Amino acid sequence: MRYEAPDSIEAAVSLLAGEAGKARILAGGTDLLVQLRLGHVEPDLVVDIKRIAATQSITEEAGGYRIGAAVSGAVLGEHDGVRALWPGVVEAVELIGSTQIQGRASIGGNLCNASPAADSVPALVAAGAVATIVGPDGRRDLPVEDVAGGPGKTVLAAAELVESILLPARPAGSGDAYLRFIPRTEMDIAVVGAGVNLTLDGAGKCSAARVALGAVAERVLLVEAAAAALIGTPVDDAALSRLAEAASAACRPIDDKRGTKDFRTRVAGVLAQRAARIALRRAGRG
Amino acid sequence: MTNSETGLKERQFKIVGTRPLRPDGIDKVTGRARFGADMAAPGMLVGKILRSPHAHARIRSIDATKALVLPGVKAVVTHEDFAEVGADLQDVLENVMAQDKALYDGHAVAAVAAISAGVARKALRLIEVDYEILPHVTDVEAAMAAEAPVLHDDIVTSGVEPAPKTPSNVVHRHEFGHGDVAEGLAQADVVIEHDFKTAATHQGYIEPHACVGSVGPDGQGELWCCTQGHFWVRNTCAALLGMDVSHLRVTASEIGGGFGGKTTVFIDPVALALSRKAGRPVKIVMSREEVFRASGPTSSTAMTVKIGVRRDGRITAGEAVLKFQGGAFAGSPVDLGAMTAFACYDLEHVKTVAYDVVTNRPKQAAYRAPGAPMAAFAVESVIDELASKIGMDPIELRLKNAVENGSQSSYGPKFGPVGLVETLVAAREHEHYTAPLGANQGRGIASGFWFNFGGQTCVSLNINADGSVALAVGTPDIGGSRASMGQMAAEELGIGYDKVRTIVADTASLGYNDISEGSRVTFSTGLATIQAARDAIGKLCGRAAQTWGISPDAVVWEDGYARPAGANAGEFPPLSLAEIAETAAKTGGPIAGHCEVNAAGAGVSFATHLVDAEVDPETGRAKILRYTVVQDAGKAIHPSYVEGQYQGGAVQGVGWALNEEYIYGEDGRLQNPSFLDYRIPVASDLPMIDTVIVEVPNPGHPYGVRGVGETSIVPPLAAIANAVSAAAGVRLTELPMSPPRVLRGIDEAAANGKA
Amino acid sequence: MTAIAVAATINGEATSFLCEAEETLLDALRDRLGLTGAKEGCGTGDCGACSVVLDGRLVCSCLVLGAEAEGREVETIEGMALGDHLHPLQQKFLDHAALQCGVCTPGFLVAAKALLDQNPSPTEEEVRFGLAGNLCRCTGYDKIVRAVMDAAESMRDGR
Repeated sequence: MRYEAPDSIEAAVSLLAGEAGKARILAGGTDLLVQLRLGHVEPDLVVDIKRIAATQSITEEAGGYRIGAAVSGAVLGEHDGVRALWPGVVEAVELIGSTQIQGRASIGGNLCNASPAADSVPALVAAGAVATIVGPDGRRDLPVEDVAGGPGKTVLAAAELVESILLPARPAGSGDAYLRFIPRTEMDIAVVGAGVNLTLDGAGKCSAARVALGAVAERVLLVEAAAAALIGTPVDDAALSRLAEAASAACRPIDDKRGTKDFRTRVAGVLAQRAARIALRRAGRG
Repeated sequence: MTNSETGLKERQFKIVGTRPLRPDGIDKVTGRARFGADMAAPGMLVGKILRSPHAHARIRSIDATKALVLPGVKAVVTHEDFAEVGADLQDVLENVMAQDKALYDGHAVAAVAAISAGVARKALRLIEVDYEILPHVTDVEAAMAAEAPVLHDDIVTSGVEPAPKTPSNVVHRHEFGHGDVAEGLAQADVVIEHDFKTAATHQGYIEPHACVGSVGPDGQGELWCCTQGHFWVRNTCAALLGMDVSHLRVTASEIGGGFGGKTTVFIDPVALALSRKAGRPVKIVMSREEVFRASGPTSSTAMTVKIGVRRDGRITAGEAVLKFQGGAFAGSPVDLGAMTAFACYDLEHVKTVAYDVVTNRPKQAAYRAPGAPMAAFAVESVIDELASKIGMDPIELRLKNAVENGSQSSYGPKFGPVGLVETLVAAREHEHYTAPLGANQGRGIASGFWFNFGGQTCVSLNINADGSVALAVGTPDIGGSRASMGQMAAEELGIGYDKVRTIVADTASLGYNDISEGSRVTFSTGLATIQAARDAIGKLCGRAAQTWGISPDAVVWEDGYARPAGANAGEFPPLSLAEIAETAAKTGGPIAGHCEVNAAGAGVSFATHLVDAEVDPETGRAKILRYTVVQDAGKAIHPSYVEGQYQGGAVQGVGWALNEEYIYGEDGRLQNPSFLDYRIPVASDLPMIDTVIVEVPNPGHPYGVRGVGETSIVPPLAAIANAVSAAAGVRLTELPMSPPRVLRGIDEAAANGKA
Repeated sequence: MTAIAVAATINGEATSFLCEAEETLLDALRDRLGLTGAKEGCGTGDCGACSVVLDGRLVCSCLVLGAEAEGREVETIEGMALGDHLHPLQQKFLDHAALQCGVCTPGFLVAAKALLDQNPSPTEEEVRFGLAGNLCRCTGYDKIVRAVMDAAESMRDGR
């Protein structure tokens, strides 16, 4: 295995493109090093992207924020601007692992590890975030919900990497939230995750909403039926019940060591509803 | 109960009962302390172990040819590289290295020593093992079924009449008790019977097993390892390698937790065998995955408990059937579970039946009060429900039936002075017991018992010329015992705590010491330390007598000074320990005290735990809100470390009750061999753990000490189950009480309520 | 296999070492530099026993490649005491008997120092969540939490 730490995105792409064997991208390393240790991956080349300025910066863009792919949870959590605009995304990123993990784990890595249970992804999907991907053919943008193809797989082509993620601007009266269910209070992988992003109009009716669920399918789901349960309503108890039902109905989970199908399906509805109440509060209600 | 009632002399302690800093403390807060993996030897190789991926398979052949020609590989060993051993060590040997069959996922089949970890890993992949995969069984009740795949052709159930003729997975049937349970149950107003299950759990010590072994061309061996018992390791490794015991010296490193899990050998004989073959020292460190797959977790269980009670709160009879699987070899702690199940209660009619069962899982090792927490979970859950059924306070019900001095125990002997009643009364009087509870919250209480052990112990106490004292003990320090030994030596000698330095000596320096287990160290090594100090005092008095020219009988030792026994003995200024030590060379040479003892009289102990839990009715998640441990320590030598044992046991119980479990797939492979998915409690899961130290002195120890390490994990499973059941509104009978299980319980209760 | 030469600042001292590309910072510290205070409890970032501070951030050194330390600053438990003078956290861990076996202690101390550097007045809950990445199996955390709270207080008071 070779280790390279290029200082430009072009150099990173060219290293990846030039590698005949298996190549892996190293951002925070909190997934990759575990996979290396367990022998699940045996790359010939590891490209550390943390010395590339664009992957490490947070910049304002069009009323939103562009976040470098290698920005760690700790750095993102200290950014007042992102916190204020997208509190649900920040709280989701901050749920990934311990303080130690937060010092390393990156938003781009959490996305590209393509775990259905990734904590940041439902919140990013609900936020309508867009990933900027760089490869031998240049740059392209892709909604975050389309990045994962299945467990552990992305749709990125060879020698492509995520450079940054854009969190868009949002109208007044908006709020977002992310909740996950874990058996302990920390250190677990989400058994279920739910991200809700909604906007209230002047009359207090929901004018826009996005709801995303984690760990209930082969990848993070954007659940349009759940959003539809809110849009056009005053987000009252009846609408929230319909949201919970729609969220549960969208689940197609598996039984595994972390949870059962029934449990995940049921709790997805509970969490979607609880997250929506928090988002509602952040949107200015109550 | 006072000291005089138990026959112990009232004694005012100066150092015992205080909280001095531990002698190994600074090394441990600065990173200097050397644990198992911190040792290195010149020319050291890296050892790694090839493990079976199959739960049950015949090993047709092992071909290491390709591995041996890989550059950097220095040795490969298989079972053929170990000696033939007697029946008592056959299972240990076969667990260390599989012979004709791999019996569980993770069972060692071969090992390699190489110049680096990378080369060793590659070499493992080049070892070709031809397996014939066999049907497997991991569940205790499935393993008892007639159609179950049989692990060992030579296990035929013992303890049943008539004796079976065919082999099975049931090793032995035990039975304990007295009276006539049917007659007792007939006298009851209320009888409750429930089935219970508990999952296998792991001790979860943070330090993986690690060792460095070296065998020279002269056949002399040295081993550095993290263990609870280096003398046992020495004897066992010597037998497995066919060496004289005196040819192997074992040094115990600092030990990063054991809880019973480091009372046997896994990697140590392998490192020595590799070293003997390679001619260089070999270091083996288990990965966390190996620790989970291939060390010694505790049993999973299936239990049935039936108890009858009269309306006045008198228990008329108790009966339990316990089935414990102990992994691939005989020896689950089901007998201890059966003996402890009803030990809290003075019963006229009691019977426990216990089945020791083998399955395709790693051989269980001791885990803190082995067998008792599960049995207490079942019994104390039923007691709790009986109290509720007859409308009696659960502490009141326990007090009405609690054992006292002279009670006939459920497992045989009569109890001496014991402190169960004292713990129950202290719990009832604790502010916690009557504190208000909120919605979805419940309070649980449970009591528990553990025997505590004594055993073979050898201690040397050397008086140095400057008046300082070197105390050499042979029991690895797993929780601060060097501090409490130093306190007892200083107390007895009448010198300052800082004048005593306690070390854990290697196996060549002392006679045999049993393992640090059975909550025996403060009791038996403490007893031996006090005896060694008294031995030294006798010699110190003799030297003073010699100096003064009077009879040794005329000298007494008081507060660190030799004094004439009275006016008749003569008038001499007292001589301090340091003054006598300074002139030792002129008065007969070095002064030392020794004690060799097979300590008896370890006092049993009892605890009562109080816990508040809250359950989220929509997700089934249980949270521990408040926890109070009340336990009898006999005499707390170092109260901080006694509290630490109470708190640690309670929190291991929290993990066992709520989240920890070995999860096997249908393929017989362990699904969660990591701290990510084997979920031990983290700091944010818990409240502070309050403690109350009750002291009912043990007459078997000069200061009244009882063991404290194990009893603390006996009540928590039951106390938490009682709290969570109260909060959820449904009796939970299966551990862990994971959220899906609690939610299912709530659903079923709701469905039954509607129906 | 060619070893990588790494130059880093470790506990304030310019240090260089060789390591292989797949070698972790934890292995480099322990096996190449003899700094065995950081322990490997899991190798997967779940126990925190290998905690070190890398460029001011608390990390698990088992999840950092040795090569990544090039040009970085690393602080380990061995750098925590100033000569004979223990850090207040170290002293409070001793005073409160906040260790039993002691194998998790270096990781807890490094993590607790990082916590107090960022938040000098943490609540009990903040201490518990801040240290949730450090597993202890002996103490039940009670005495550890008390030691950290007490150390925070004494550091605030300048004691």
